[in-house]
Amino acid sequence: MSNAKAQSKSVLWDWLTTVDHKKIGIMYLVAGAFFFALGGLEAILMRIQLMFPEFSFVPAQTFNELLTMHGTTMIFLAAMPLLFGFMNYIVPLQIGARDVAFPFLNALGFWLFLFGGILLNVSWFVGGAPDAGWTAYVPLSSESPGTGVDYYVLGLQVSGAGTLIGGINFLVTIINMRAPGMSMMRMPLFTWSTFVASMLILFAFPALTIGLLLLMLERIFGATYFAVDFGGNVIIWQHLFWIFGHPEVYILILPAFGIFSEILSAFSKKRLFGYSAMVFATLIIGFLGFMVWAHHMFTVGMGPVANSIFAVATMAIAVPTGIKIFNWLLTLWGGRIQFTTANLFALAFIPSFTMGGVTGVMLATSAANYQFHDTYFVVAHFHYVIIGGVVLGLFAGAYYWWPRIFGYKLDETLGKWFFWLFLIGFHLTFFVQHFLGLIGMPRRVASYLGGQGLDTMNFISTIGAFLMGIAFIIFVVSIFTSMKNKVTDADPWGNGRTLEWTMPIPTPEYNFAQTPLVRDVDALWYEKYEGDGKMKAAEPLGDIHMPNGSILPFIMSLGLFISSFGFIYYHEGFLWLAILGLVINFGAMFVRSIKEDHGYHIPKEEVIKGGK
Amino acid sequence: MKYLWRLLPFTFILLIVGCGQQNLSALDPQGPVADMQFSLIRLSLYIMIFVIVVVFALYLIVLFKFRERPGDTHIPKQVHGNKALEVIWTTIPIILLLILAIPNVMATFELAEIDDSEGAITIRAHAHLFWWEFEYPDHDIIAGQEMYIPTNTRINIELESSDVIHAFWVPALAGKQDNVPGITNTMWLEAPNEGVYLGKCAELCGPAHWQMDFKVIAVDPDTFETWAANMAEVPYEEGEITEYAVEGRAIFEANCLSCHAIGNEGGNFGPNLTNFGERTVYAGYMEATDENLENFIRDPQEWKPGNNMPAFSDMPQEDMDALIEYLKSLKVLD
Repeated sequence: MSNAKAQSKSVLWDWLTTVDHKKIGIMYLVAGAFFFALGGLEAILMRIQLMFPEFSFVPAQTFNELLTMHGTTMIFLAAMPLLFGFMNYIVPLQIGARDVAFPFLNALGFWLFLFGGILLNVSWFVGGAPDAGWTAYVPLSSESPGTGVDYYVLGLQVSGAGTLIGGINFLVTIINMRAPGMSMMRMPLFTWSTFVASMLILFAFPALTIGLLLLMLERIFGATYFAVDFGGNVIIWQHLFWIFGHPEVYILILPAFGIFSEILSAFSKKRLFGYSAMVFATLIIGFLGFMVWAHHMFTVGMGPVANSIFAVATMAIAVPTGIKIFNWLLTLWGGRIQFTTANLFALAFIPSFTMGGVTGVMLATSAANYQFHDTYFVVAHFHYVIIGGVVLGLFAGAYYWWPRIFGYKLDETLGKWFFWLFLIGFHLTFFVQHFLGLIGMPRRVASYLGGQGLDTMNFISTIGAFLMGIAFIIFVVSIFTSMKNKVTDADPWGNGRTLEWTMPIPTPEYNFAQTPLVRDVDALWYEKYEGDGKMKAAEPLGDIHMPNGSILPFIMSLGLFISSFGFIYYHEGFLWLAILGLVINFGAMFVRSIKEDHGYHIPKEEVIKGGK
Repeated sequence: MKYLWRLLPFTFILLIVGCGQQNLSALDPQGPVADMQFSLIRLSLYIMIFVIVVVFALYLIVLFKFRERPGDTHIPKQVHGNKALEVIWTTIPIILLLILAIPNVMATFELAEIDDSEGAITIRAHAHLFWWEFEYPDHDIIAGQEMYIPTNTRINIELESSDVIHAFWVPALAGKQDNVPGITNTMWLEAPNEGVYLGKCAELCGPAHWQMDFKVIAVDPDTFETWAANMAEVPYEEGEITEYAVEGRAIFEANCLSCHAIGNEGGNFGPNLTNFGERTVYAGYMEATDENLENFIRDPQEWKPGNNMPAFSDMPQEDMDALIEYLKSLKVLD
């Protein structure tokens, strides 16, 4: 399929079949933003319910569904896909590659995620969403009536497969597809953190897969892994879940760390301070992330030995994280700091995340954790690290890379309104929650009694949530009103340091007309001040080999989507549907295996034309 | 002025303590376990405030000193890093963490120690959807929703669950432990002062999770012994209570006794009601009024969704009134 032929197809078909990492990145961003808005709406509904004591805005059962879907959506369907969007678009550009290692798999990963996410949310319309918390502790989840938790199990299984595929793809891409001269220790920090996060995905997601499989067998096929009356054990689920779940939060935060490293360095016009310390800190955080899962379980009765070990291991994570904070501060030190919206988000991250980090150490104190655990103190803590870390990182990344991805700059005035409202709303919502927890408010409560000193702070918290909601609406509006701020310059911020700012905007399909030669960390910056401002080419101009698009990833994912319904309604006699879905899935795999597909070439002449 | 600065952390703590309710707040400990935990919370908070002050100070200096001024286009020096600094900000946090980790490990072991010495009392706290059963093996009695304990006595608690995971949390007396089906967890607490301490279920267990409150009531040891002795008996025989309540007792026996025990008589599918007349809240959370009680009996799902009590919506009004009269007469401490 040549370029001309591609243009004759409809736009929809083009997006359904694309294997271009940039288009897949954009699809991740769009889908992730949709789920982010959905999860945000769920949060607002919960905060309205908690605005007054014994308020009856939503029934308790609905509240439990909201809290479950808010957590699940935000983690699996919003934060991770949005990060995947940036990784997909930016990482190949940062390492000087024309695409990811496995473009077909990349598309498959996206469609699996999207179908899994849709599947999960279908539950709202067919008898109720899952209601056992995003952690789905058994036996609450295994005995939850209705099909809600079945949707949870299968929805996450399908989208989790997509994430695993994506993670493997990034690992191979980063190991194999770096441009000449781009040694590991010259990779930009965002690429490094993507690499480490992908390693975590590779080792953490299988634990979730197994856990979900056991829960599925238990709920649908009557297995008894967790059924105490049949010799099962309910704690096994918690171990499986947190062996996945703790690395998962680092899968989210590490790429955000990478984004901040890029932005703080770019807008202070300084090289990242202590590059190698930053890289090693990232690796150590990733490694320790697997050693601390049981700190989520201090109160389940593991005994003082296990509790002490996991307490100390958890505290140890504060050391590499502290190293990172100080290195960011020293990156800014002596720089010329520009307060663009992107950088405001990055700058706000430092104090916000530090506050989330210190409560993390407090929570790691196992004996004191008996008081903190499962209270609003924990809710405050993880929102401080996830919003103060991941979400601020996503917004910072959005403002920073927007011109590269969408070809226009987001309005700075609206951006600053958005930033300040969001930041104030965020602290207003969650700061008081530390104290709510300490003075006796457990988490995941559908309401609370008046006259226990909890009223005022809950009211304040809800006001903060409204502010965050309004701020997000301003952001969405600014996406549409800023479209006229077109940019065409390869380096629209004027201070780009890395390879993603070296090709024209919009980014050509093949990214680099010629693979660049990398001569230092911050390859572009080096050429600006030590060379002639342009990247040296590592190869002569020539035809560029490109992969063909394919509808098969979409069909494979659709097959699993259909099959999931068959399993969920297995007891209503829908086994045939499960089999049909699997046949579609395997059929598409079979076609993929036997059909030879050598891709196509973009002729040299067209590349030369495109470069102008 | 110098001294004022030193007082700052304490005023901060006082400020927070001021927010909470005395018998509910972890920041106003009423017993040795909560005390130990509060002192760790304070220690960690002080260390963390130190960290925050250092980071914020550096941060503010950076923001003010190195912000871009109009017209300034100089290219900052591209510094690679600094080994000495890296060592400093690796070592200092390690020392700070050790200061916190050592007392924490000691406290973790101390809290896990079960001391069975003379005078200690064991209570089995058994969690159900959505109520609490307190079994006193030494006294051979069972109480529902309210855990009476003698003051200044070590209380060893064995935690169990008959359905999903719950957690036993009395913030003013002790941090929580989970009630896990199939496993018996242990914890201990002690209350030096008489009083009513509020307890809550802290693990999501279903729609009525937020209503799964209970009370720990600390009384002097003599009162406790009286209470325990009376709990074993059916409080009133015929002739001791009003005729009206006797009528209510018959209704109770016909409808309720198979699930709710009085004394050691009756089933254990619902909370033991031997001292129901002394409850200050009904169903764990409702104000103790006749109206609330009747509403709950007629439609338990409306007031505590997901609980296992059947509805008695059709009970004739005079039966209901008699039943309520009987229930309110159930007292053991008069």
